[in-house]
Amino acid sequence: MKYQSQKVAYAYFMVAMGLFAIQVLGGLLAGWIYVWPNTLSELLPFNIVRMLHTNALIVWLLLGFFGAAYYLVPEESERELFSVKLAYIQLAILVVGTLGAVGSYLVGIHGGREFLEQPLWVKFGILVAAVIFLVNISLTVLAGRKTAITNILLMGLWLLSLLWVFAFINPDNLSLDKMYWWFVVHLWVEATWELVMAAILGYLMLKLTGVDREVVEKWLYVIVALALFSGILGTGHHFFWIGTPGYWQWIGSIFSTLEVIPFFAMMSFAFVMVWKGRKNHPNKAALLWSLGASTVAFFGAGVWGFLHTLHGVNYYTHGTQITAAHGHLAFYGAYVAMNLAMFTYAMPHLRNRDPYNQVLNMASFWLMTGGMAFMTFVLTFAGTIQTHMQRIVGDYYMDVQDQLGLFYLMRLGSGAVVVLGALLFIYATVVVRREVIKPGPAAVPGE
Amino acid sequence: MSEILTKSRARNVFYGGSLFFVVVFVAMTAHSHRYIVKTSTAGMELTDAVRLGKHVWERHSCINCHTLHGEGAYFAPEVGNVMTRWGVLDDAEGAYEMLNGWMEAQPSGVEGRRQMPHFEITEEEMRGLAEFLRWADQTDTQNWPPNDAG
Repeated sequence: MKYQSQKVAYAYFMVAMGLFAIQVLGGLLAGWIYVWPNTLSELLPFNIVRMLHTNALIVWLLLGFFGAAYYLVPEESERELFSVKLAYIQLAILVVGTLGAVGSYLVGIHGGREFLEQPLWVKFGILVAAVIFLVNISLTVLAGRKTAITNILLMGLWLLSLLWVFAFINPDNLSLDKMYWWFVVHLWVEATWELVMAAILGYLMLKLTGVDREVVEKWLYVIVALALFSGILGTGHHFFWIGTPGYWQWIGSIFSTLEVIPFFAMMSFAFVMVWKGRKNHPNKAALLWSLGASTVAFFGAGVWGFLHTLHGVNYYTHGTQITAAHGHLAFYGAYVAMNLAMFTYAMPHLRNRDPYNQVLNMASFWLMTGGMAFMTFVLTFAGTIQTHMQRIVGDYYMDVQDQLGLFYLMRLGSGAVVVLGALLFIYATVVVRREVIKPGPAAVPGE
Repeated sequence: MSEILTKSRARNVFYGGSLFFVVVFVAMTAHSHRYIVKTSTAGMELTDAVRLGKHVWERHSCINCHTLHGEGAYFAPEVGNVMTRWGVLDDAEGAYEMLNGWMEAQPSGVEGRRQMPHFEITEEEMRGLAEFLRWADQTDTQNWPPNDAG
């Protein structure tokens, strides 16, 4: 850690990991309810559990992004953050907002637009926090060295914050509501968040592989160009059946098919950099997470996205467990794993010691990744059967669901493995202090 | 390739191209907005009852179990075409009766069945919700879903 103010990332990462635990436990409970549906059905109905699961995910990923920015921007800009105090105030607002949202969900106060259920005051809190963040980071970057990594990171964070404005716009016309809702949801995860992800990946590659900055940054611009060129009009794949014009079926099919390319480019980028790099960085777990994240993102967001994105296919699969399969692996690979890569890289510096307990951390990678992969497979099978029975044969929804019990049981099992992996990751990152393995003899001290 | 594609060229392509796609997207969205208002949802008036129904739908977070036009959670049936399934798409009173009867009977309490919570909803709100679901059902969704099962 070269700059004192990078330390604020520590608090962000700790809160993020706390919410990560809540998110996966909420997911486990939801998976349990699929198998034993009478559980808590009056006290804590499924819709509330799901809100906690999805909202906790989104908030902790954002906290991870904020923390990552606070960690890497001082190094990239070669100066201290504009204000450490503002960064802590921002975190406090987000923590209060999160606790407020959780509390109000539990007593039944919430909105009803999926993922944007936060009460209005929490939405404003998020807006204020985002503005504080942007001011703080932008002033730091403007005063210091400008790099492609901070350029792309800032652009992603500015745009995603601007898009948050659509969280406040809720037209009475349901089809309009849905169309603008995707301005937040799609243009976050399939456009602006990809910029953030690419910037973080670029930074990690720079640090872990020692490849020349010029090479990394040129690749980065190519990747984010591919992401936005495909992702912006790729929004069309959500405009097939919500009352929008028919031309979106072709625009959406073509451009969202192209969305596979930036994920393939990110995966190739990561592997090529590691092959080219001469540096033997001691933090092997961070390298594993970086390569793993870009690989799983390619399969989850890229391959599983393509699986049901052509409108002729989507006509039958839309809103089935196929969507759930894709959603889980895409979020895990692209955003969960990339955040965990950053935590794994930065935490040893933030806690002022060498990379440690790599074995436990790496075990948690395989537990989580294996669990998520298995969950994706079983949900894909469940979704295939559901699509056939419900959309082709025309059997009623609940009759079909009754046939899928075995898959939901296996999904619960794989979910339990993911929870185990997540808790192990947190334990390995936060608690263990003992060095488990010695660095290899050829190790060159990292930055 | 490295001589042709320099970092600054890659950056310029990124900025220029992104701006181009944003402009195209905004133009298409503006057209779609108009199309939704004038064509696809114009089959039934967006009354105060429909508005109220949408708020009822949101206040109880129905979307986190059900899908509506295929979007939402996958824990409970699609409701974008529920009025067609019940055969009451063009019958406001019948739609209310069916919906009210269904929701009054929840939760079923049957062991091993998914449970829909009981919601405290006034008659006016229930009528609004029925109107909202009828309004959603008559939207032109390019013939989705493929059949009445939703």
